[in-house]
Amino acid sequence: MSVEKFSYDNKIVKYFIIATVVFGVVGMLVGLTIATQIFWPAANFNISWLTFGRLRPLHTNAIIFAFVGNAMFAGVYYSLQRLLKARMFNDMLSWIHFWGWQAIIAAAAITLPLGYTTSKEYAELEWPIDIAITLIWVVFGINMIGAILKRRERHLYVAIWFYIATFVTVAVLHIVNSMEVPVLMFKSYSVYAGVQDALVQWWYGHNAVAFFLTTPFLGLMYYYLPKAANRPVFSYKLSIVHFWSLIFLYIWAGPHHLLYTSLPNWAQTLGTVFSLMLIAPSWGGMLNGLMTLRGAWDRVREDPVLKFMVVAITAYGMSTFEGPMLSLKNLNAITHFTDWIIAHVHIGGLGWNGFMIFGMLYWLVPKMWGTKLHSTKSANLHFWLGTLGIIIYALPLYWGGVVQSLMWKQFTPDGFLQYANFLETVTKILPFYMLRLLGGSLYFTGVIFMIINLMKTAKAGSFIANEDAEAPALEKKVITGSTFHAALERKPIQFTILTLIVISIGGALEIIPTYMVESNIPTIASVKPYTPLELQGRDIYIREGCVSCHSQMVRPFRSETERYGEYSKAGEFVYDHPFLWGSRRTGPDLHRTGLGNKNAKPNSWHYTHMYDPRITSPGSIMPRYLWLHENTLDISSTPAKIEAMQTLGVPYPDGYAATANDDLRIQAEAIAADLNSGDIETSSDKEIIALIAYLQRLGTDINGEK
Amino acid sequence: MFKHYFEGAENIEVGPIISLIIFFVFFIGLLYWVIKADKEFINKMKDMPLDETSVDNNNLNKKD
Repeated sequence: MSVEKFSYDNKIVKYFIIATVVFGVVGMLVGLTIATQIFWPAANFNISWLTFGRLRPLHTNAIIFAFVGNAMFAGVYYSLQRLLKARMFNDMLSWIHFWGWQAIIAAAAITLPLGYTTSKEYAELEWPIDIAITLIWVVFGINMIGAILKRRERHLYVAIWFYIATFVTVAVLHIVNSMEVPVLMFKSYSVYAGVQDALVQWWYGHNAVAFFLTTPFLGLMYYYLPKAANRPVFSYKLSIVHFWSLIFLYIWAGPHHLLYTSLPNWAQTLGTVFSLMLIAPSWGGMLNGLMTLRGAWDRVREDPVLKFMVVAITAYGMSTFEGPMLSLKNLNAITHFTDWIIAHVHIGGLGWNGFMIFGMLYWLVPKMWGTKLHSTKSANLHFWLGTLGIIIYALPLYWGGVVQSLMWKQFTPDGFLQYANFLETVTKILPFYMLRLLGGSLYFTGVIFMIINLMKTAKAGSFIANEDAEAPALEKKVITGSTFHAALERKPIQFTILTLIVISIGGALEIIPTYMVESNIPTIASVKPYTPLELQGRDIYIREGCVSCHSQMVRPFRSETERYGEYSKAGEFVYDHPFLWGSRRTGPDLHRTGLGNKNAKPNSWHYTHMYDPRITSPGSIMPRYLWLHENTLDISSTPAKIEAMQTLGVPYPDGYAATANDDLRIQAEAIAADLNSGDIETSSDKEIIALIAYLQRLGTDINGEK
Repeated sequence: MFKHYFEGAENIEVGPIISLIIFFVFFIGLLYWVIKADKEFINKMKDMPLDETSVDNNNLNKKD
C-alpha cells in the first residue's frame, strides 16, 4: 500500500476565522445598538438607516450568516480535511467560497440599513443577493462533496454527515423560501401569499435554526470536543441514532411558530407533536457530548476550551428543552410575541453557537500557529464574562416577557382589560431592557479579551499555512457482506441523496397540502386587492421594518379580541405578498387598525404619530419617522408593482398598471385634504400619505361581510 | 365560511400518519442496525478524530 504525501489547507481556515471574529464584533455591536434604542429611541439620531426596524434584520443576519456562518466554514474546512485525510477539493473553489460569502455579507450590510428587505425573517435579503447566496452555497457544496470523493478514509465520520445534511437542507430551504417575483433591482414580492407564505417562511425560519445553527455545530461538537478532551465520543452508536432522528424530525417543527394564528389547525398540531418528539434526539446529542467528558471532568476545571464547550452543550440542552415546551399551545399562548422568545434564541445564540465558536477558536488558533494559548487566565476571564453576560441577558427578558404577557391578559373584576393602554405594558418592562443591555455588554467585553488573546497567541507562533500529512491511498475494492449503514457511510453520493429524501418528506407533506387547501378556500368575497396607494404604503411599511415590532395577527383569545378587535382569518391575507404577521409585539398588533375597526385612528393621528410618537403616545419607544413626511413617494414603480402582483394572481383588471397612478393620486389627495382640514400642512405626494392609506386599510375588508 | 378552509384539509389526516409510519420503520431499522453493528467497526469510527495524520516535523502538536 503506497503512502501518499499531501498537505492540509490551513490558510482558508485562518481567513474564515478572521471573518468570524470581525463579523462577530460587527453583529454584536449592532445588537448592542438596537438594545439601547429599544429603551432610548433617540439613540438612532433620527437617521433612517439607524432605526430599529432596519438594524434588527442586520443584527440577526450578521450573527447568523456572518458570525456563525464563517465560524461554521472555518470549523468544517479544518475538520473535514483531517477526517477525510485529504485536502479540500479545489483551492480556487475554497477562495471563491470565502470571498463570495464575504461579498454577500457586505451587500447585506449595505442593503438592509437602506431598507431593501423582503421582510421575511432571516431571509430579508433581496433577490440579487439571494441568487448570489445560492451560487456560493453550491460552490461550498461542490468543494465539500469533491473533497469527500477524493478522500483517503473509507468511512465518513458522523461529523461529516452533519455537514452534508447542512449543505443539502440549507440549499432546499433557501431556494423554496426565496421564491419571489423581482419588481425592481432590489424589490421583489414573495410568490406565496398570506397563510402559505407564513407556513413556508416558518418552515424555513425554524429549519434555518436547525440546519444552519444546529446541525453544523453538532458536527463540530463531534469533532472538536473529542479533540479537546483527547478522548473519543461517548457513544458512536448514539450519534448515528441522534443524526437520523434529528434531521427527520426537525423539518416538521416549523408550524410551532404559528400557533393560534390563521394557519390550519392540523398543521399547528403537527408542529407541536414533532417539536415534542425532538426532545429525544436533541437530548441524545447533548448527553453524548457531556458524557464524552466522563472521567475527565477535572480537566474541565483547567482547560478553557472544555469549559466553553460544556456550557455550550448545556445551553443547547436548555434551549432544546425550552423549544418543545414553548410549542405546547398553553405555554405558547403566554410566551409568543413576548421577550421570552428573544431570551430563548439568545440562550441558543450566545450560549450554544457563541460558546462553541469560542471553544473552537481557543483550540484552533494555538494549533494552527504551532504554539500555546497566550493567556489561559484571560480565556477564563472571557468565560466568566460570557457566562454572566448570558445570564444577565436572558433572565430579565424571561421575567419581562412573562410580566408583559400577563399584563396583556389581565382583566378587571368587571370584565375590562386592566391595562387597556398597550403602552403601560411597555414602560413597565423598560428596566428589564436596560439589564439586557448590561448582559450583552459583558458578553461583548469577553469577546474583546478573546481577540487580544488570540492575536497575541498568533504573534507568538508562526502560522502553518500548509500542514504536511501522509496517508495511504484509498484502495478500490469491493466490500461484500457489510450492513446497510456501514455501506452507506462509504457512499457519499447515496448518503447525500438519502439525506435529501429524509428532509424532504416533512417539508413536502406540510407545505403541499397548504397549496391544495389554498386552492380550495372560497376567498372571502369582500376581501379585495390593495389600491395602488395602499400597495406603495405597504412597501414603505416593509422598508421601515415595522414588522420587527408590530404583528398583524389577532389571535382568538378574549384578551386579544377585547384589545384589538375581531380575530384574524386566513382568508383575509390572500393578497398579502409577503405576509406580515410578525413575531414580536414590541408595539401593539396592527391588524385591526384600519378605518371602522376597533383600533381605528384618524389620519391626523397617524401623521402626528409618525412625526413624533411621544406626542400622541407619551412614553412610547417607537422611533420618529421624520423622512416619511419629507420624502416624495416614488410612483414610477407603481405599474411594475401592479404587474408583478398580477403575475402572482392578484385580480387587478387587465391593463390596470397603466392607469393605477391615476387612482393613486385621487386617493392621496383625499387623505391630504383630510389632513389639511385638520391644520396639518402637507401635500398629497409624500410617503406618509401612502403609509396612512395602508394603515387605514388594515383588517377592514372583513367589515363588508357583516 | 371559514370552516370550508378546514373541510378542504380533511384528507390531510393521512399525511402525518404516513410520515409517522415511515419514520417508525426507518427508526426501528436504524436501531436494529445500530444494536447489531460490529463493535470493532464502531470503535474504529469512534477514534477517527483522534487519528493524527499530520507529519509533525517540529513536534508542534505534541501533547505535553
